[in-house]
Amino acid sequence: MTAPDAPVLEARDLHRTYQVSRGMFAPTADVKAVAGISFSVRPGKTLAVVGESGSGKSTLGRMLTLIETPTDGRLAIDGIDVTGSTGATLKALRRKVQMVFQNPYGSLNPRQTIADTLEEPLLVNGMGGSADERRAAALDMLERVGLRREHARRYPHMFSGGQRQRIAIARALMLRPKILVLDEPVSALDVSVRAQVLNLISDLQTEFGLAYVFISHDLSVVRHIADDVLVMYLGRVAEYGPRDAIFADPRHPYTRALLSATPVADPTARKERIILRGELPSPFSPPPGCVFNPRCPLAFDRCRRERPELEGGVHQAACFATAHASVG
Amino acid sequence: MPLLEIENLTVEFETRSGLFRAVDRISLTVNPREIVAIVGESGSGKSVAMLAVMGLLPKTARVTADRMTFEGRDLLKLTSSERRRIIGKDVAMIFQEPMTSLNPCFTVGFQLGESLATHLGLGRAERKRRSIELLAQVGIPEPESRLAAFPHQLSGGMSQRVMIAIAIACSPKLLIADEPTTALDVTIQAQILDLLVSLRDKTGMGLVLITHDMGVVAETSERVVVQYAGQQVEEATTRALFADPHHPYTSALLAALPERARERRLPSIPGMVPGQFDRPPGCLFAPRCDFAFEACRTTPPVRARADLGFALCHTPLVGGRPTPQNLPKGVTFAEPGKVSA
Repeated sequence: MTAPDAPVLEARDLHRTYQVSRGMFAPTADVKAVAGISFSVRPGKTLAVVGESGSGKSTLGRMLTLIETPTDGRLAIDGIDVTGSTGATLKALRRKVQMVFQNPYGSLNPRQTIADTLEEPLLVNGMGGSADERRAAALDMLERVGLRREHARRYPHMFSGGQRQRIAIARALMLRPKILVLDEPVSALDVSVRAQVLNLISDLQTEFGLAYVFISHDLSVVRHIADDVLVMYLGRVAEYGPRDAIFADPRHPYTRALLSATPVADPTARKERIILRGELPSPFSPPPGCVFNPRCPLAFDRCRRERPELEGGVHQAACFATAHASVG
Repeated sequence: MPLLEIENLTVEFETRSGLFRAVDRISLTVNPREIVAIVGESGSGKSVAMLAVMGLLPKTARVTADRMTFEGRDLLKLTSSERRRIIGKDVAMIFQEPMTSLNPCFTVGFQLGESLATHLGLGRAERKRRSIELLAQVGIPEPESRLAAFPHQLSGGMSQRVMIAIAIACSPKLLIADEPTTALDVTIQAQILDLLVSLRDKTGMGLVLITHDMGVVAETSERVVVQYAGQQVEEATTRALFADPHHPYTSALLAALPERARERRLPSIPGMVPGQFDRPPGCLFAPRCDFAFEACRTTPPVRARADLGFALCHTPLVGGRPTPQNLPKGVTFAEPGKVSA
């Protein structure tokens, strides 16, 4: 075991590269879905991973839940190195990380009752004791996430989106994990239901002392729920730091653009919007130098030649243009 | 003269289990150069109401209205060939999922040219010239080469631009955008919303924006209609609505936004939207309302005055507090029992 305040999840220079066939005669191409990502999460804290589609945030989530193996780098869960582990150790590690998916309509088996869905993780891992004990554990968890015991015999189609997401969260908690990876858990939900689920997520964090990796593109939700924020662009970290620092003083031009593009529910707030030109470049041929340079309003010669490294202490950003202005 | 005038539009569907009322007496006026937003959760009937205007509902739908006119012409009495001359030309619509709205079997150029040939009768060379012009107008780089592209070769943002280009091909007077940016990333969303507003500025068309995103409403629209379970619960200018919402639903919806929260727990709305079989007899929002009292559960509310946002509520809120003095005669106000936990 580790010290109580030690990071429960630690990633050092994580990489995931896919080899993609480009036809019979062409050589295979490398796609760097995640290229060099480092962070750590302590128990009871939330790290938000922010980025657009294609930024590699879902691939990162899949590596953290051990669905994918990193091609390079080091990943430690609860102080144990994942990259060297096999067999029983790996299986034990898997129990410590669980995932909640974006679409609660697709992530629950339509032919399993809610009770069966919740008991499945216990069965697979040979835990939870007798059948009666497993059922009792499932019923307890249902109540914990704000559903009623009689819901256990029903099927997923009988529930609304918000209730299904509660069930998906309950299933993820059945094995008492230490880390929960939440991949856009509220983006498929309506506004009024979204608040209920966000409250549940934050209550459960306090109750179980969970560490969250919260993958999202909605900055207003991130601002509400996160302790630390990791901004990704094309598989790389653009900016990483405590929430308040990132929202008060965004150092990477991409973070600034994201913040200014997020609509604010206040018609009197007239703000300068930074409209980015173009779209995310193809991951097959990332631009030379800084990956953000073709869309960056601040790009200069050096950005097109060299790749900027993350700089700064607690609040880091990978940008040449803003680095000299924000020393300290 | 307003472009679009709707009074008491009702849409009902014949379902196996009886008649389902998806849209319940909504009224809407859209003027030229105006951006009106329709906000509501899924199932609030916002898309169905606009599909009724376009005449795109299936045959099982029963559409009735006291008045539904476009530039003074009655949309309910049009024959289908008359309708075809207006829809797609003077009134156009863009849909939520750009990837599935385009036909995968035809090139962008062909799909753009279709409406140009049908409504404007342009020849082949003219169509090509105009198509290139349109693609350039919606901000697609290298428009000449994109004409030969198939939809699967385009990204989501590009497909939505093509959809917009098709919609504005015949310079419509009214554009209905149904969740145009929901499927897109925020930086692309900002580009598309800017494009829609700048098109409005240039052409003077009216724009109806259907959305569930309060941020999009605040930043783009001038007037807002809030719908709940098929009913129109409030209508106001955007500034007034965000400054002082009069319907408890609007108020709760705004309070539930994370960016407006002052503490870690968000004020949430308990329960969920009523379905076909559990519609309450009184106010539809009563079971979830913080301010509901006895009359709310038994008597459907009447619409309030314009300065109270036409709120469909017995006691519209002013400054977040209910106003029992506005109660109709014969209805008595009891202290609201707090419903939420």
